[in-house]
Amino acid sequence: MSFGLSLWLSFFAVAVLVLVALFGVEAAHLNYLFGVIIPYAAFAIFIVGIIYRFLKWAARPVPFRIPTTAGQGKSLPWIKQNKIDNPSTALGAFVRMIFEVLLFRSLFRNTRTELRGPILSYASAKWLWIAALAFHYSFLIILIRHLRLFIEPVPFLVKTVEKLDSFFQIHLLGAPLLYITNVALLAAVTYLLLRRVVIPTLRYISLPADYFPLFLILSIGITGALMRYFYKVNVVGIKELAMGLINFSPKIPEGIGVLFYIHLFLVSTLFAYFPFSKLTHMVGVFLSPTRNLANNNRAVRHVNPWNYPVKVHTYEEYEDEFREFMKDAGIPVEKE
Amino acid sequence: MAVQKPEELSKIDYKPPKTSWMDTPAELRKDMFCWGNKEKSLKTVGFPNARAWSVADEDWKLPENWKEIFLEGLKERLSKYRSFQLFMDICVRCGACADKCHFFIGGGDPKNMPVLRAELLRSIYRNYFTTSGKMLGKVAGARELTYNVLKELWYYAYQCTECRRCSLFCPYGIDTAEVTILVRELLNLLGLNIEWIAGPVANCWRTGNHMGLLPHTLRDTVDSFQADLETITGVKVDYSFNRKGAEILFVNPSGEFFDPVGNITFMGYMLLFHEIGLDVTLSTYVSEGGNFGFFTSNEMAKRLHSKVYAEAKRLKVKWIIGGECGHMWRVWHQYHNTWYGPVDFLKEPVSPITGTKFENAKSNKIVHICEFTADLIKHGKIKLDPSRNDNYKVTLHDSCNVSRGMGMLEEPRDIIKSVCNNFYEMPPNTIRENTFCCGSGSGLNASENMELRMRGGLPRANAVNYVRDKFGVNTLANICQIDRAALQALMNYWAPDVVVRGVHELVGNALVLKGEKERTTDLRGEPLPGKEAK
Amino acid sequence: MYDGWKIIIGIIIFLGIATFPILYDLGKAAPPPPEPKIDTPEIKKMVEKKCVEPKSLMKIEHMVMLKDWRDWYVREGRSIYIAADGKQYNISLSNTCMKCHSNKKDFCDKCHNYAAVVPYCWDCHIEPKEEGQL
Repeated sequence: MSFGLSLWLSFFAVAVLVLVALFGVEAAHLNYLFGVIIPYAAFAIFIVGIIYRFLKWAARPVPFRIPTTAGQGKSLPWIKQNKIDNPSTALGAFVRMIFEVLLFRSLFRNTRTELRGPILSYASAKWLWIAALAFHYSFLIILIRHLRLFIEPVPFLVKTVEKLDSFFQIHLLGAPLLYITNVALLAAVTYLLLRRVVIPTLRYISLPADYFPLFLILSIGITGALMRYFYKVNVVGIKELAMGLINFSPKIPEGIGVLFYIHLFLVSTLFAYFPFSKLTHMVGVFLSPTRNLANNNRAVRHVNPWNYPVKVHTYEEYEDEFREFMKDAGIPVEKE
Repeated sequence: MAVQKPEELSKIDYKPPKTSWMDTPAELRKDMFCWGNKEKSLKTVGFPNARAWSVADEDWKLPENWKEIFLEGLKERLSKYRSFQLFMDICVRCGACADKCHFFIGGGDPKNMPVLRAELLRSIYRNYFTTSGKMLGKVAGARELTYNVLKELWYYAYQCTECRRCSLFCPYGIDTAEVTILVRELLNLLGLNIEWIAGPVANCWRTGNHMGLLPHTLRDTVDSFQADLETITGVKVDYSFNRKGAEILFVNPSGEFFDPVGNITFMGYMLLFHEIGLDVTLSTYVSEGGNFGFFTSNEMAKRLHSKVYAEAKRLKVKWIIGGECGHMWRVWHQYHNTWYGPVDFLKEPVSPITGTKFENAKSNKIVHICEFTADLIKHGKIKLDPSRNDNYKVTLHDSCNVSRGMGMLEEPRDIIKSVCNNFYEMPPNTIRENTFCCGSGSGLNASENMELRMRGGLPRANAVNYVRDKFGVNTLANICQIDRAALQALMNYWAPDVVVRGVHELVGNALVLKGEKERTTDLRGEPLPGKEAK
Repeated sequence: MYDGWKIIIGIIIFLGIATFPILYDLGKAAPPPPEPKIDTPEIKKMVEKKCVEPKSLMKIEHMVMLKDWRDWYVREGRSIYIAADGKQYNISLSNTCMKCHSNKKDFCDKCHNYAAVVPYCWDCHIEPKEEGQL
């Protein structure tokens, strides 16, 4: 599938989602469908889907201990081991995973290879790492902030996050205050999208499955920002709806605004799409055998549950074939 | 066809074609692929679809139901390897791996970007094993497994050296080596190997080594080393084959018996073992530490290496030392214990000279020669005269497998710094865990694919050139037999005047033997510093 | 090796996080939506009970107006706001808004607490003292 087709197909898929919600609520007044039924269904698909993924991967054994070692291994006592990048204990592997999951350590290594004449050079390339961190952490903070709509009373932690997120007290087109994560998320997603479009090799490897989630998350971010800064919606009504959903007594309050339904429909799509897409790397990263295992297979035996006996060429067969040669060469044999 | 001149080859176009990769059929280019396996090689080890075939032919003589066999095999492996299933599912195509592969850097073929190499198979996985792929086809990044797609898989599975450099940079640790290993397994279900791998595997099965050296040939070879060493040092070095009751079994890559560069490394071991009076034996039955079975299938790898422990048991040795080899150590370090353990018939390795316990090898009882030697040097158990290596300005090429599949980085450096006075590191992005492949690993060190090898070795050669120009480096040390066999050709092409040497060649030069005569030449018969003919 | 127990712990952690709001609110009835009170004496006195702008607008845009008022009054020195219906109002939080809505606790705070909004009006302004409040 060509680059243009992949890109536009993904774009239009998201555009169609927006229109579906717009007409569904504005024209067909299917508020209950978009406000209650679809969110419930999406959440159920998300939970079941992710657990299914978990179990699908978990049902497959890890036959071999194959960590990618990224530093000096445990060896002679005076040789300094790199305990994080080449762990020899479960604790070490745990620390390695913490660095991997929270700080994207492997991505931090990224370099950019350049060929100038016949000379190769490796420049530091941290933008992807920065954008990835900005994107994922913004997303996390935004999720935490949204808890204010789902729980009552709102805990101190959520309020604090909210306060810190609007720390700079910048007004964007009037109140309320601008969230740092709003800007960071949109900027990071835009960067991640642009690099796929601009860098030729990335454009070559990108699939609709890469563009679609980016467009989807971008439009979720944009609708969210629109609701906050431009076309305000009835937040109290939204919380009423959210609390109803959480308490399994859903009802649709009046006058929430269609923008909210579009936002909610896009989020529902993201949730439902999640378990069937590359986004499952959220779970998968924890299970990666090249990262989460200690590099100690010579010291501690790793057991493969499907290890089976194989056909071998025995010494006896070998000696039978070459006995005379061996004797002539003065090499000891079992049978003279 | 000869490979173009370096100036030409280093002009690389990284721009991908206009058409998308699925719509760009692979062109199987001569000089980039190895000859297909011979019928005999597969027959020897009982592999399926043994027949005469040629890569250049349209018809690869596949069984009628090849597609079914491939897909069934894929399904089975997805259920047996969490790694494989995971790596099929979670790639986000961030592209961090793209410019980390030596074949992509040196060739610019987009399908050599690790991400795309894996996508070649992922697209098939999606088409047959995921709902979205079945429903949406190309939109979901899925495609049919066709004859041409199979050929493409073959072509690119044998353009990956399983060096794992990409896996280092992957945020999820996706390891292309793992994917390549399993694609090659699948191809072997259809009798699609390369002779450069299948031949050595068949040899190793029957004769105990890849080279097909028979017992008496091995004896003659080592005898000749013995004679050479006596000429050079004046000391007659003992050795033995298949000796029962020895304390230690020594296993090394058989290339060291065959390849001139490897020969010298082996002579280094011989001098060392003699000097410390190590009770060690060689074995003709296990005259191979390397394992080209590992480049074929995990089962074949296990079939070949089972000999190591069988022989250790038969000879009643206490433990095992392994020589300088790359992939052999990936297999020994990460697979052996799982395949053959618990290894309770051997003893936990303790150096008889220093008393050091090799804690890191206490379960599978195999110690790397560099660990062993580094320990000897640390305890001052051998006398060294590094000035004998003063003609060499040395840099070290870290072997991929040892660096990223084991993590032995300091030991060879410790040794080199003790036996040489002039040691210089290549740039940090090209050594240690970041090391670049020689371009010929995983059984691709044939001669018919020379362009591929020179392209794949470009990043390594480039880094060597850097230290050659900056510090006058003239010696590329390494601890891998494929490196020794492959790097010299690479140096001759990209970095003339740089000579490839095993680390234990340098040890052998510097080692001062009890009762040796005044040496005038190094182990290659070249004059030592200050002993040149006037 | 399957690492079964680690997987189970992983699934439990995932479920815990994903359903956190449900667990948090479990057993509690959905809180009634807030009903801000407009029964202050000042409002009761009004013949036509109307705010500066229509209620529907005030409900979702009041924060914009307050912020504009602040900027106009503090930074531009304007003190008169002309509403859409032409009526004029003094730009003053304390003397215009809070004159009618003197019941901060039962008016402002109702919704703000419900939606966890913390306006920073009271960073500068002194919070009005209400009856029964110390």
